[in-house]
Amino acid sequence: MLFDFANVLVFLGLGFAFVGVNLLIGRLLRPSNPQARKLSTYECGEPASGSAWVNFNIRFYIVALIFIIFEVEIAFVFPVATAFRRWIESGQGLFAFVEIVVFVGILFLGLIYAWAKGDLEWVKKVKA
Amino acid sequence: MQQLVDQLIQEGYFEGVPKDFVYTGFMVLVALLVLSFFVAPLAGITSWLERRVWARIQSRVGPNRVGPQGILQWLADGIKNLLKEDIIPTAADKRLFALAPYVVFVGFFATFVVIPFGSQLIVADLNIGILYLLAITSLVVVGILMAGWSSNNKWSLLGGMRSAAQIVSYEIPAGLALLTIVFAAGTLSMQGIIKAQGWAPWDWLLFYNPFTFAAFFLYFTAALAEGNRTPFDIPEAESELVAGYVTEYSGMRFLFFFFAEWGNLYVIGAIATTLFLGGWQIPPITDHPVLVGILQFIVFFLKAYLWVFVAMWVRGTLPRVRVDQLMSLCWKYMVPLSFICLLGTAAWMVIWPQGNRVASFVMFLIGVAILGLFFRRVRFQIRHAQPVLYWKPYI
Repeated sequence: MLFDFANVLVFLGLGFAFVGVNLLIGRLLRPSNPQARKLSTYECGEPASGSAWVNFNIRFYIVALIFIIFEVEIAFVFPVATAFRRWIESGQGLFAFVEIVVFVGILFLGLIYAWAKGDLEWVKKVKA
Repeated sequence: MQQLVDQLIQEGYFEGVPKDFVYTGFMVLVALLVLSFFVAPLAGITSWLERRVWARIQSRVGPNRVGPQGILQWLADGIKNLLKEDIIPTAADKRLFALAPYVVFVGFFATFVVIPFGSQLIVADLNIGILYLLAITSLVVVGILMAGWSSNNKWSLLGGMRSAAQIVSYEIPAGLALLTIVFAAGTLSMQGIIKAQGWAPWDWLLFYNPFTFAAFFLYFTAALAEGNRTPFDIPEAESELVAGYVTEYSGMRFLFFFFAEWGNLYVIGAIATTLFLGGWQIPPITDHPVLVGILQFIVFFLKAYLWVFVAMWVRGTLPRVRVDQLMSLCWKYMVPLSFICLLGTAAWMVIWPQGNRVASFVMFLIGVAILGLFFRRVRFQIRHAQPVLYWKPYI
């Protein structure tokens, strides 16, 4: 068990090392000739107007919020899904199924709510 | 793998070396082998093949100069990028900017831990395989957001935000489609899921019931979107965002984003093969362990690479969708549909706990019929349009 997860750690480490070593080799080989113009931000050839660290569309936050709810739900359904077959074998299949329907149904209501509120539209219509 | 190492230790190959050192050495060796003999050439050759396939779809030739048929183009590209000057804009957040390619690459590379190339050929058969896959691929989103934000460039920021919104949205249908299979197989381990299937197509989980059949298409579409592939490549839509989150990247750092993207195509195919298409299962034709291993690897590789090819084909054929269409496709169609698939499979299992062989066979026939219809349609188009066809696959 630990051996298996140690493999994950080794892969993560080696992935990091691979990128690092390649960049290091590159540093030894590639030219380095920085100039102020070259290092300026690309904005289609025009001088960049201001920083890009500005407020951006609130849509992205709403998508992230809806995502969190469903992702957590998926994480919760995983153990149930794994044990579902055992439930069926012990004759409690229908009960387990109803439980799943209730759990998923509540979250699905959430999706319907967000839909009805117009939060799934990319361009939300605001009532005047 | 642990048994093999334990056996070698017991046979006295590593006298006087602490056990942990031997373990670590073997793990690093395996990871190095996977990286240098599988992942790197695979991603490279996929990039070359994609350009060739694309070129032929668009009646061009594509790269054919470096090596026979241009197959070494990826090495030439790699060397060129290695020798390119590394430009980090003065306005950028330098640390995050430098870290982003690491995160993206690691998130992609670590998926290879659980990909089962054969009944013995797997780095580690984690008992939480699918959950691990979902978790580790999410690292890519973090890397892309880091790249987009740290560049301090408006194109990058927009590309990064769009990409994050898109990837997290499509993770829901993809995750639910995977869950459908977890229901049917009753395990999270990749090998366990393959063992729940058979070599014959009607024993695949794809044909387990109509819902898993639909889940496959939901998964593949969502996976294309998660990989930022056309028709869902608005994060790097050249016509509106220059190059999206990689606008400010150059040379080697730029390369790693695309390394991950092309490698990811194979991971998508491999997951689809494992979960839906019977993985490495082969007909019982031989007992020789080495031969069986080789056959399993070939079968798995071809099945997975078929989907890489389909992804290239889709990219060459379909136009890009708009950002609002993208979001409504995900939340209004794919999420409800994948919920239905999930509950449908659960209900199916309650009604037929042992599975329904007749239904599987009927599903298989329907699948064959769909494929037949497709080829009929292609033949009709060819006859109707009277195009000039060149059957020569290379120039």
